[in-house]
Amino acid sequence: MDRLLVLEDGSVWKGKAFGSDNFKVGELVFNTAMTGYQEILTDSSYCGQIVMMTYPLIGNYGMNRDDWENLVPSVFGLVVKDLCEDYSNWRANSSLNDFCKQENIAGIYDIDTRAITRRIRDKGVMRCMMCNADANIDEVLETIRKTPEMHDQVQQVSAPRIYSVPNRGLKVVVMDFGSKLSIIRDLAALNLDIVVVPWNTDVKTIMSFCPDGVVLTDGPGNPTDIPEAIETVRQLMGQVPMFGICLGHQLISLACGAKTYKLKFGHRGSNHPVVHLSDGHVEITSQNHGYAVDIDSLANTDLVMTHKALNDNSCEGVAHKTYPVFGLQFQPTSTDGTGAMDAFVRLMTTEKENKKNA
Amino acid sequence: MPRRDDIKKILVIGSGPIVIGQAAEFDYAGTQACQSLREEGYEVILINSNPATIMTDSVVADQVYIEPITLDFAKRIIYKERPDAILGSLGGQTGLNLVVELAEDGILEEYGVEILGTDLHAIQKAEDRELFRSLMNEINEPVPQSDIVHTVDQAVEYCKELGYPVVVRPAYTLGGTGGGFADNEEELRKVCDAGLKISPVHQCLIEQSIAGYKEIEYEVMRDSNDNSIVICSMENVDPVGVHTGDSIVVAPVQTLTDRENGMLSSAALKIIRALGICGGCNVQLALDPKSFKYFVIEVNPRVSRSSALASKATGYPIARISAKLAVGLTLDEILNPVTKTSYACFEPTIDYVVAKFPRFPFDKFPNADRHLGTQMKATGEIMSIGRTFEEAFLKGVRSLEMKVDHLFLQDLEDKSREELFEMIRTNSDLRIFAIAKVMREGVSVEEIHKACKIDPFFLMHLNRIFRLEQEMNEHPMDPETLLTLKKNGFSDSMIAKAWNTTAKAIYELRHENNIIPVYKMVDTCAGEFESATPYFYSTYEQENESVPSNNRKIVVLGSGPIRIGQGVEFDYATVHCVETLRHAGYEAIIVNNNPETVSTDFTISDKLYFEPLTTEDVMEVIDLEKPEGVIVQFGGQTAINLAASLAEHGVKILGTSLESIDLAEDRHEFEAMLHKLDIPQPKGETALTVEEALDIAGRIGYPVLVRPSYVLGGRAMQIVHNDDELRIYMANAVKEISHDAPILVDKYIVGKELEIDAIADGKHVYIPGVMEHIERAGVHSGDSISVYPTQTISQDVKDTIIDYATRIGEGFGFIGLYNIQFIVDANDQVYVLEVNPRSSRTVPFLSKITGVPMSHLATMAVLGHSLEEQGVTPGYRPEDQDRVFVKAPVFSFAKLRSVDTVLGPEMKSTGEALGSDINLEKALYKALVAAGIKVPAHGNILFTIADRDKQEALELANRAANIGYGLYATPGTAKFLRENGLFVHDAAKIEENSDVPNVVDIIRTGKVNYVVNTMSRTSQKNEDDGFIIRRVASENNIFCMTALDTADALMKVLESISFSMISMNELGK
Repeated sequence: MDRLLVLEDGSVWKGKAFGSDNFKVGELVFNTAMTGYQEILTDSSYCGQIVMMTYPLIGNYGMNRDDWENLVPSVFGLVVKDLCEDYSNWRANSSLNDFCKQENIAGIYDIDTRAITRRIRDKGVMRCMMCNADANIDEVLETIRKTPEMHDQVQQVSAPRIYSVPNRGLKVVVMDFGSKLSIIRDLAALNLDIVVVPWNTDVKTIMSFCPDGVVLTDGPGNPTDIPEAIETVRQLMGQVPMFGICLGHQLISLACGAKTYKLKFGHRGSNHPVVHLSDGHVEITSQNHGYAVDIDSLANTDLVMTHKALNDNSCEGVAHKTYPVFGLQFQPTSTDGTGAMDAFVRLMTTEKENKKNA
Repeated sequence: MPRRDDIKKILVIGSGPIVIGQAAEFDYAGTQACQSLREEGYEVILINSNPATIMTDSVVADQVYIEPITLDFAKRIIYKERPDAILGSLGGQTGLNLVVELAEDGILEEYGVEILGTDLHAIQKAEDRELFRSLMNEINEPVPQSDIVHTVDQAVEYCKELGYPVVVRPAYTLGGTGGGFADNEEELRKVCDAGLKISPVHQCLIEQSIAGYKEIEYEVMRDSNDNSIVICSMENVDPVGVHTGDSIVVAPVQTLTDRENGMLSSAALKIIRALGICGGCNVQLALDPKSFKYFVIEVNPRVSRSSALASKATGYPIARISAKLAVGLTLDEILNPVTKTSYACFEPTIDYVVAKFPRFPFDKFPNADRHLGTQMKATGEIMSIGRTFEEAFLKGVRSLEMKVDHLFLQDLEDKSREELFEMIRTNSDLRIFAIAKVMREGVSVEEIHKACKIDPFFLMHLNRIFRLEQEMNEHPMDPETLLTLKKNGFSDSMIAKAWNTTAKAIYELRHENNIIPVYKMVDTCAGEFESATPYFYSTYEQENESVPSNNRKIVVLGSGPIRIGQGVEFDYATVHCVETLRHAGYEAIIVNNNPETVSTDFTISDKLYFEPLTTEDVMEVIDLEKPEGVIVQFGGQTAINLAASLAEHGVKILGTSLESIDLAEDRHEFEAMLHKLDIPQPKGETALTVEEALDIAGRIGYPVLVRPSYVLGGRAMQIVHNDDELRIYMANAVKEISHDAPILVDKYIVGKELEIDAIADGKHVYIPGVMEHIERAGVHSGDSISVYPTQTISQDVKDTIIDYATRIGEGFGFIGLYNIQFIVDANDQVYVLEVNPRSSRTVPFLSKITGVPMSHLATMAVLGHSLEEQGVTPGYRPEDQDRVFVKAPVFSFAKLRSVDTVLGPEMKSTGEALGSDINLEKALYKALVAAGIKVPAHGNILFTIADRDKQEALELANRAANIGYGLYATPGTAKFLRENGLFVHDAAKIEENSDVPNVVDIIRTGKVNYVVNTMSRTSQKNEDDGFIIRRVASENNIFCMTALDTADALMKVLESISFSMISMNELGK
C-alpha cells in the first residue's frame, strides 16, 4: 500500500506503508548508524521525533527480546529505504514490521531517504507527518503547522515512580529523564546500588538516599523545557558528585549558567569523533542529540570544556572547576576500566575517602 | 603530532608481479602511498619489479627501481640510496616479507634504516602463528584451538586429540597458498605435506575447523596517538571455509545486531592497538551463527585486497592515509579527502549496499579443480553498489563478464537436482548459480541453507529476486512492474528475454515512462556532510546528484575485472588516457567496476561512475552526461566489445572507428584487407562445423592452430596435429564459445614471434619498438619471455616488420593504439598473426623501457592531434643499444590445482616482471629472479624430453654439464644422453618399482633445481606422466620449463653466472 511522507517545507515523498497507521506530527531526524535500529527505535530520546535511517536496509536481523533501550517505545515514526521482512538472526523473535504494528508505530519505506537526508542537512530539521496516499496534502500541511511544538517529552518518558536496582557497591541516584536501559545496565555492571528517580524528584528526596553520586541521564527534547530539573541540579551541585549524560550534561551546563542552542540537524549516529582536550586523544562515539551547549556561554561559569566534536567543534563535555561534577554529550562507552563511567566511580570513591578523612 | 622531520628519504616496497592473492590492489595502494608521502615533502625511493603498474611510472616516486624484490637487490638499492626509513606495509605480503628479511640480515640496523608503519615485532606477532596466538591469549581474544607442527607425523598425532575436521595453514605464505581442510588422516597427510614444503619456515598450523561460522572482516586504522577507528565492516556471503578472496562479500555487515557488530569491532580495535600498528590493518573473525561465540581467524598487519575494497566501498582512501600515519601524522590532523569538511578521524558510514564478486580463471582452465577452499583461486574481482541488496547483487553478477546478465547460467540448465546440490555443498565457484536454479524450482531456503550454510538472510533476498521474476512473467511490458524490477537491479537484457523483445525496446520503454536511473554520490558520511567527491553509482530513485557540466567531456571505458589475458596493463593505459584528456582541457569520465585498480580511485578522473560495463549501464551514463564521444581502445576487449552496440545507440566512438575495429576483428574483412595491402598471413579459413574444420585442415596441412573468433587472450586456442585431435577440439570448443562465432583454422608456422605496439593518427604511424619473444611460435605471447631490443633477427626482417606495421596502421585507418603479432619462419618470411585495434598487454612495458608516453600520444591522436603536431616524427623509433629489457611471465600454478602448466597458445600467466641490464644474460637473470625463480650457480637439472626434441635438448644438457650442473633424466632421455657421452642420474618412471628414486620423489625431495619437460603425445601414459611431473614441480616451487627456448634462456643465465670448467686436455693444449 502506498503511503506519503509530507514535510513541513511542503515537499511530498511517496513510499509504501508499514507498521501501524498511527500518524503523528513529529520532527524528522536522520540517524547514520548502520546497525542498531532496534536500540534507536526504543530509545526514549527520540520521543516526539520521526526517525529516518540513512542506511537503506533496515530490519535485516529482526527484533529480539534483549536489545531494547526502553520497554515502551516513544518514537513517532520510522522512515526507511528498504524494509527487510525476511530477517535472520539467532536471537530474533519478530520482524521489524510486526514490531511496529504491535507498538503502534507508523512506518514508510521505498522512499529516497538520501534525498531527504540531504534536504534536512541543507535546510535543518523540520517537522513532518505520514499520511495515506489519497490524503489531502494541504490539510496535512495545515495539521503539521497547527500542531504546537512539544515541550513535555521528558514528562512522557521519565520513570513514573522511584524504583531500585539493588547492588552492594556505591549508592547512586539516577535521575531518569528518559534513560536508555543500557545506561542502567552499565551502572549495574559496575556493582553500583542504583535508585532510579523521576525527573522532577526534589533535592531533599534525592539526598535522603545518602547517595555517593547522582547520574543525570539522557532524554528527549529541549533541556530548557524542564527548569525544575535545572534547579534541582543547581542545588545538588557541591553536595554530591554528579555525572550528566547527553541531556544530563546540558542540564549541568544550564545549572551553572551556560546556555544551550538547537543544532541545525543534530548529531545522530555511531561515528562521531570527539576530542579529549586533556590529551588530544580522539574517541569515536555514539551520539543522539539535537541541542548543544554554547561554548561561548561557558566563559562566565565555573565549568570548563573537556571534550569537543572534531567535525563541528561543538561542546561535547564539561567539568566543574571545583566540584566533582562533569557531563558528556555522548553515550559513555563500555565499562572496561577506561570509560567515563569508570571515571565516575573513581570520582565517587575519592570523594567518599575525602569525606571520611575530613 | 605533526609529520616527522627526522626522516627525509623513504624506501617504499611494491608487491611485484601479479599472482593470485596479490594483484592490482597493491598498485592502487602503492601509488596512493607514494603520492601521499611526496605530498608531505619526503623523498620517495621505490622498488617494484612489475612494469605493468602505474606505481612504477617514473613520476610516481623520486627514484623508481624496477628491480627484483629480493634481499640481494633491495640491499643494493639501500647501499646506493641510503634511505632513512623503509615502508613495507603497502606492498602486500611481498613487502612485509622483504622487510623481515632485511631486518634479519642486519642491513637496516647497519645503515640506520627505520621500519615505518608496521614494525618488525608487529609483523612477527601477526604473521608467526605461535607469537600471534600468544598475543591473542594476552589480550584475551579467542582463537581456534590449534598447534604448530613441523612434520606431518606431529600433525597426525595432534589431530588424534583434537579430532577432525581441521584446517592446515602454512606460515608466511600469501593468499593462503598451500593450505586446506582435512576431514581425515589421509587428507591431513597430503595437505600438511604440501603446506610444510611451501612455507618458507617449514611450519604449519593445524587448527580446529570452524567451517559454517559467519566470516566477518573489519578494516581498522590506528595512529601514533593510539586513535583507532573502524573504516568498514564486511560480511562474507560464503561462510568460513572459503577464502575471503574467493567469497562473495557485502559491506557493511548485514546479519549482525548492533551488539554483535560492537563486540567484533571492539575485538578488531583491540588487536590493532595490541600490535601497535601505525596505519591500516585487516582483521578477520568467525562468528557462531547461533551464539555470541567468536574467534579471531587472521590478521593482516598491512593494507590488503580487503582494504582496497573497503576504500572503494566507503570512499575512504586507506592507503593514502596509512602512509601519512606511518610518518607520524595523526588521524585528527588529516582532513577527510572526501568531504574536505570533516577529518580523517571518523568512521565512514554508508547509505548503500556494496557487493564484491570474485572473478575466477576457470573459463581459461576448464580442467582446474573448481572447488573453493582456503586457498584463493580468483584472479580479480568486481564491486557493485546499489540501494537495495538485490540491486547491488544483480549489478555485480552482470559486471563479471561471464556472459550472464542475471542469476541464471545456461550451462546449469541440464544439470540434475543432485548435481546442483553437489555444487552447492562443495563450494563450487558456480554455487550461486546452482542455488538460483534450485530456488527457482521451488527448493526451500532452509534446505539450501542446510547444504551450504549461507546465512538465510542472503538466501531469502535471492528468493525475493525469484519472486520478482514471477511478477515479471505475469506483467509483460507493464511500466510499474518494470520500475520495480529496475529498483531491484534487473538488467534490460534479461527483462527483454522474459518479455520476448529486445534490450533496446526495454530501454526505450523505460525512457518513454521516465524510468531512468539517478546517480548517488559515495561520500563516506551518508549525506551528513556536504562533499564534492566525483564518485557515483546508479540507482532507481528520486533525486539525481550527478549534475552534468557544460564542459567538453569524454567517457572512457575501463576494462573490468582482472582476468588472465586482461590484466592491470589495461588499467595502466586507461589511467594515462584520462590524465591526458584532463591535461587537454576535457572533462574525463570513467566507467569501470574493478575495486582493485588505480582507475577507480576517484581522484584520477573528473568523474567516476562505478557501474557494470554493459551497453545498458554505459548508455545511461552517456544519456546523462552527453559526452562528445566514448574512448574504447584502452579498456581491453571488454570496452572494444561494447563499441558496436554503443554506436548502434548513436554514440560516437572516438579514435579508431567501428569500421576499422571490424577490419581487424572480423576474419573475412581482415583477410581481405591484408590481401589488399599485400601482407602475408598464415593460410587459414573459418569453419562452422566439424566437417568444415576437417576439410580446411586437410587442405592447408597439419599442424593447424584452431581458435574461436572474437576472443580474449587466446581463449580456447590450440595446436592440433591430426584429425582426431581436431575432432576433440571442435567438440569441446564449440560448446564453450558462443555459437555465432566461427572457429578459425590456421596453418601453424614454426618460427620466431615478434610483437609491436604502435600509434597511428589516421595518416601516419609511430612505432616505439619491436619486441622479440624468446619462445618460438606456439606459446602465447603473454606467456613468452619478451626482449627489447630484438636480439637475433636481421635488419631485413625488422625492416619488413616495420613496413608491415606501418602499412597496416595506415591502411586500416587506425587512430590511436594498435598491436600486431608477427611470425618469422626459418626462411625469414614474415607473416602477420593478428592485429589488435586497441591498447595491449605490452603497452606499459614498452612505454616504460622506451620512455615513449604511448597512451598519451594515442589519446592526443584520438583528440585529433597528428603525430607531427605532437612533435613526433612518424616511423620507427631508433633503438637503445646500451641496455636490454626482458619481460618474464609469472604464473600462479601453485594455487590452481589440476591445471596443466605446459605452455601453449592459451595464455596462463597472471602477471609479469621486468629485468633490465647491460646485456641479455644479466637482464634475463633479473627477470627470472623477479619472477620468483631461484637461480643458483650450481645444482641439478631434470630432463624428461619427447623424442622429437631430444636432439635439441642434448645441446642444453651439454651446456649444463659444462658449467658443473648435475643431470637427472627419465629412462628414455637418460639413455639418449648417456649415448651422447653425458653422465646422468636415473629418475625412474612414476610407477616403476626400482631401486632408483622415481621422478616425482626426486622433485619432491628437492634434488633438482629445474625441470625441463616437453610434451609427448605418443601415449596416454606419457601424457599423464608429463602432467604429473609438471604439477609436482609447480606445487613444490620448482621451475618447470616446457619450451626448450625457455631452457636455452635459463642456460644463458646460468652460464653467465658460472665459469666454464674445461681442462687443458679437453682444449687439446
